[in-house]
This record gives sequence, C-alpha cells and structure tokens, in this order.
Amino acid sequence: MKTCLLVDDSRVIRKVARRILEDLGYEVAEASDGLEALAWCRAAMPDVILLDWNMPVMNGLDFLRQLRTEPGGDEPRVVFCTVENEPARIREALAAGACEYIMKPFDGDILQAKFAEAGLLAHEGAAA
Amino acid sequence: MTPEDVQLIVALCKQRAGLKIDPARTYLIESRLGPLARREAYGSVAELITGLRARREEPLIWALVEAMTSSETAFFRDRTPFQQFRDEILPTLSRMRGPEPIRIWSAGCSTGQEAYSLAMIAEAGQGLEPGVRIEIYGSDISERALEKAQAGVYNPFEVQRGLPIQLLVDHFDKVEDTWRLSPRIRQRVRWRRINLAADLSAVGRFDVIFCRNVLCDLDEAVRPRVLEGLAAALPADGFLVLGVEETPLGLTDAYRPITGREGLFARNPAYRVAA
Repeated sequence: MKTCLLVDDSRVIRKVARRILEDLGYEVAEASDGLEALAWCRAAMPDVILLDWNMPVMNGLDFLRQLRTEPGGDEPRVVFCTVENEPARIREALAAGACEYIMKPFDGDILQAKFAEAGLLAHEGAAA
Repeated sequence: MTPEDVQLIVALCKQRAGLKIDPARTYLIESRLGPLARREAYGSVAELITGLRARREEPLIWALVEAMTSSETAFFRDRTPFQQFRDEILPTLSRMRGPEPIRIWSAGCSTGQEAYSLAMIAEAGQGLEPGVRIEIYGSDISERALEKAQAGVYNPFEVQRGLPIQLLVDHFDKVEDTWRLSPRIRQRVRWRRINLAADLSAVGRFDVIFCRNVLCDLDEAVRPRVLEGLAAALPADGFLVLGVEETPLGLTDAYRPITGREGLFARNPAYRVAA
C-alpha cells in the first residue's frame, strides 16, 4: 500500500483529507507542522506528501526545501494544499520541487483530479 | 410544475435541439430552469412555463431549451483522449497537412474547457512540424455557455478539475478570485453557435471533431443523423473523438473504431456521404 504523509496544522483539514486519501487507497500518516513532518520522513520516507504552506514551527515551503536536501528526500511526490493562491507563490512552490498544487478550499473531486494529474492514482484513468 | 408543464418542456427540447430529457427527473428540470425563471422575473419555474404558454415567444423558448442542456465539462476531461490527440493525432496530421491548416472542432463545447485544452496542446507544439497551422473551433447550442467560453474566465474549482498546475501558471492570470486565460490562448479558438440536431451541411471541413458526452444527452432517434452530419464534415483521414462509453457503432456505418483507442473513431472508407 502506498503511503501519504498529510501535513497540516488544522485538525479539521487533516480529518477531511485523511478520509479522501484513504478512499484513494493510501495509508495515511499525519503531521501538524514542517518539523514534525521532517521527523516522519527521516524515520520512513512516504510515497506522497500533501503539504499545507502556513504552519507554526516550520512552514511547508521551508520543509520542502529541507526535505529535498535529505537522503532519499527527492523521492516523495509533493502536492501543496494551501490558501496561498498567488501565481508567484505557486511558481515558488513548483520551483522548490512540488509536482502539483491544490488551492483551498478543495473537495474530494479536486484532490482526486490533482492526484490523477500527478500520476498518483492506483487505477489511472478509471477515476478521472 | 404540472405533468403537462413537464411534457411541454420535454417536447420543446426534443423538437428544437434533439435533447432527451427524462420527464421523471423533475428535480433536474427545476434546477436547470430556476436561474432562467429568475432572470425572466418569474416567481417559479411553473410560472415561467405558464408565461411561456401565454407568450410563445421564440427567444424565450430557445432560452429554455439552452438552459436544459448539460453544462458539465472540465479541462482535459478523462485525460486519455487529450494525450492521444497530443501524442498521436496532431503530430500525424502536422506531417500530412503541410502548409494546409489543421482544423479542430469541439462540438458541444459548453463553457469552453475542451476547446481551450486543445488550444494549450496546440500552443505547446510538442512533436509538430515547424510552421504548422492549427485552427480550433468551439460550438455549442447555448449562447450563455458560449459567452462564458469566449470570456475565458473560470473559478478556482473549474481550474482545479483536470488542469495541471503548470498550465495554470503558464496560461492564466489571476483576476481577483477568478482565473483568466491569456489572450494568446483565447485567440486560438473561434466560437460559433451550432445546433447539432439541425442541418450540418454548411459547417465546413474539420480534421478532428471532439464531440464528447454530447450524444448521450440526445434523443436516440437523432443520434444517427448527428453522427452522419459530423462524418460529412470529416475528410477521409479525419477522426471523431467521443466520450468514454459512447460509440457510433450500431447507429451508423460512417465510422470504424480504432483498435485499442477507446472513444476514437475514423471515417469508414466504405461509407459514402449522401449527396
């Protein structure tokens, strides 16, 4: 089973996203900020990371930049999921190594569509 | 709405646009006609129908028929047909056509996402001969849908269903809470109002016709004629792209399936277009 690390400081968002990700066939782990997420990644690198931007302790962009310098840290596919929706910020996230980007508010259809674009769905095409 | 109201709506949709509306789906009828009733200053859909009976005005009848069409669409809907277009169909045509323009038609384009998806593929030019000319046309029966298509402005939900983020930042400008396609992509598409159930003999020639998830909303009796009208617009080496699970087979001899390519059909060389 593929693993997804869900990083968001909102418990409500984590709860909603976890359910969607589990429906997509992922085993889900949660972290509430970038530093906690780094600790997870150092223990066991996930296949996918769904990443909020604005969080206490360490934000999503700083986490992503740090992750990419870690051993094996270039492996996980990273999908941002944030209220940041300015094109300049989106470009910044892509330049730092994100492969897709979800603007909040989102729903199950959007998350599924974005995962399909990033090639992250087990049954490609069937779900699109 | 009375059963007679529903029957009138169903009959008008079939007669004017070949649309198949299930009279049992009163909720669907209410939800599609509600906005029209409000625009026309009627208190309810039932009052709109009463007004329609009294006035019998063509513009109001057409507004009703157009409002009953499905506007469901998405950028790169179902993905695979667009990959086939990008990787196989367009490169092949660009070699064969030379300086002649390649003409693509998004038939039943609704609010334009399909036509613009094709335009973004054309813009990228992957695997295409230098100097290739690609003309993209979008048509729909609904004037309102075409107005939105032409404006090229979409909300955050619409740009997140099927559109890769890279294409969003490459081709869209953020305008307040919406996303507006760049003039460069908008200028690649020309828009026309076309009723597919009417005579298609004057539409012109198209090398590829996307007509996805349109037939399924048409009355069974109308489908063969629409498919044959589209076939008459295709050259012998042209392609028809239908929705997943849609097929012309059993309805007309005008096409043959392409093995291993779901939803993709070529003109049948044995089929002769009626004069």
